[in-house]
Amino acid sequence: MDKDINVTLKIWRQKGPKEKGHFETYPMNNINQSVSFLEMLDILNERLVNEGKEPIVFDHDCREGICGMCSLYVNGHPHGPATGATTCQLYMRRFHDGETITIEPWRSAGFPVIRDLMVDRTAYDKIMQAGGFVSVNTGGVPDANAIAIPKENADLAMDAAACIGCGACAAACKNGSAMLFVSAKVSQFALLPQGRIEAARRAKAMVAKMDELGFGNCTNTRACEMECPKNVSVSNIARLNREFLKAKLQD
Amino acid sequence: MWLLNSSIGRKLIMSISGLFLILFLLFHLCMNVAAVFSGDAYNMICSFLGTNWYALLGTLVLAAGVVVHFAYAIMLTLQNRRARGNDRYALNARPKGVEWASQNMFVLGVIIILGLILHFTHFWYNMMFAELAGIEGLFEPADGAAFITYFFQGNIVNTVLYLVWFAALWFHLTHGFWSAIQTLGWNNNVWMNRWECISKWVATIICGAFAIITIIFYLNGAGASCCSLILVD
Repeated sequence: MDKDINVTLKIWRQKGPKEKGHFETYPMNNINQSVSFLEMLDILNERLVNEGKEPIVFDHDCREGICGMCSLYVNGHPHGPATGATTCQLYMRRFHDGETITIEPWRSAGFPVIRDLMVDRTAYDKIMQAGGFVSVNTGGVPDANAIAIPKENADLAMDAAACIGCGACAAACKNGSAMLFVSAKVSQFALLPQGRIEAARRAKAMVAKMDELGFGNCTNTRACEMECPKNVSVSNIARLNREFLKAKLQD
Repeated sequence: MWLLNSSIGRKLIMSISGLFLILFLLFHLCMNVAAVFSGDAYNMICSFLGTNWYALLGTLVLAAGVVVHFAYAIMLTLQNRRARGNDRYALNARPKGVEWASQNMFVLGVIIILGLILHFTHFWYNMMFAELAGIEGLFEPADGAAFITYFFQGNIVNTVLYLVWFAALWFHLTHGFWSAIQTLGWNNNVWMNRWECISKWVATIICGAFAIITIIFYLNGAGASCCSLILVD
């Protein structure tokens, strides 16, 4: 049964990208465990606004685990203690009475803090713009059965495409590496015949952009995979390595 | 040059130099096994490897492998720390399924290098270097078995230091081997668990055998066999 609990929030406050940040603590009393984590933050922000204080800035949008907007590093885990779930899918029943919950923004050179818990994740968009697409000529829609695709490949491509680009992989990685994201995006195309045509160019362009934006070097700790809200596998990273090395050796 | 400029290129260098060093460890292990059974056989290998031009060339290639692996480790570690940003997480939990060794490869590598320095002062300095420089040592430079007996038999400090060294190497290899394969791209959902299992086996065979041999040297010195161990005791 869900009950009302009291928790203490330790939240990172930072005025801007260049400002020095610090933690502030907020007691939260009588929060029902059926309340979602973000609703709990809404309750806090309403209180802060009523008190005439600055509310806590955090990213969120769809609140059903698909848009990839919510972030938050809760108690040492990106997207909190739940596995295979985003922050917005996290409920207060994961926490117990009297607990102190530490909430931090993603910390990575590739994701500078905009304010408080909100970080700038346009780096991922830039990587996508570098090659995360299939060039198609507009015209008649081809017949779906014209190109046969093995079920296994279709499944692997779908699993890779489950990536919502939230940035938890780079946030979880001790090296600040974005390899899981890039590998998922490269894989979802590389596995399908429509994506093969530009596969070499795509792998090279996306890795080059990732390096340019200051993400770290992957050391295969698998922290990304363990924290990914969409359970994207590091076997995608092996595929990216393969695609990249193959493309470079062909040059 | 993409090998130096791209993150995957740099990782490829770590991967290949690491696999090369694993091959050398297997070769070194074969020599040590010979020393357990016969000091004379071991000395034959020592004099064969001695200071011939091919032995010197081999040593240089090997040294280059270590230097490249270590230099890139420093470079990658510094880059990765920078990529983490200026503020560190206040609370950091190691997720379930993440091996401790995988997050501490650099520290383990430093322990291995320290062990390597100790090992060089014991053997390489007294053997290859002494022969090249013409230094008069305790024993003939090619008398490896005598050095083994001198440094290990009844010497608990050296034995424990070497065992610590092998333990660090074991942790390093359990992650290093499969990680090298992953970097080469030879991995998928099926092979992931297999490579991780093979990785543990490779590490255990190499480090376990080195450790057992060291303990035998501690008890009996070089050249003693299991039978003589029983007879002596």
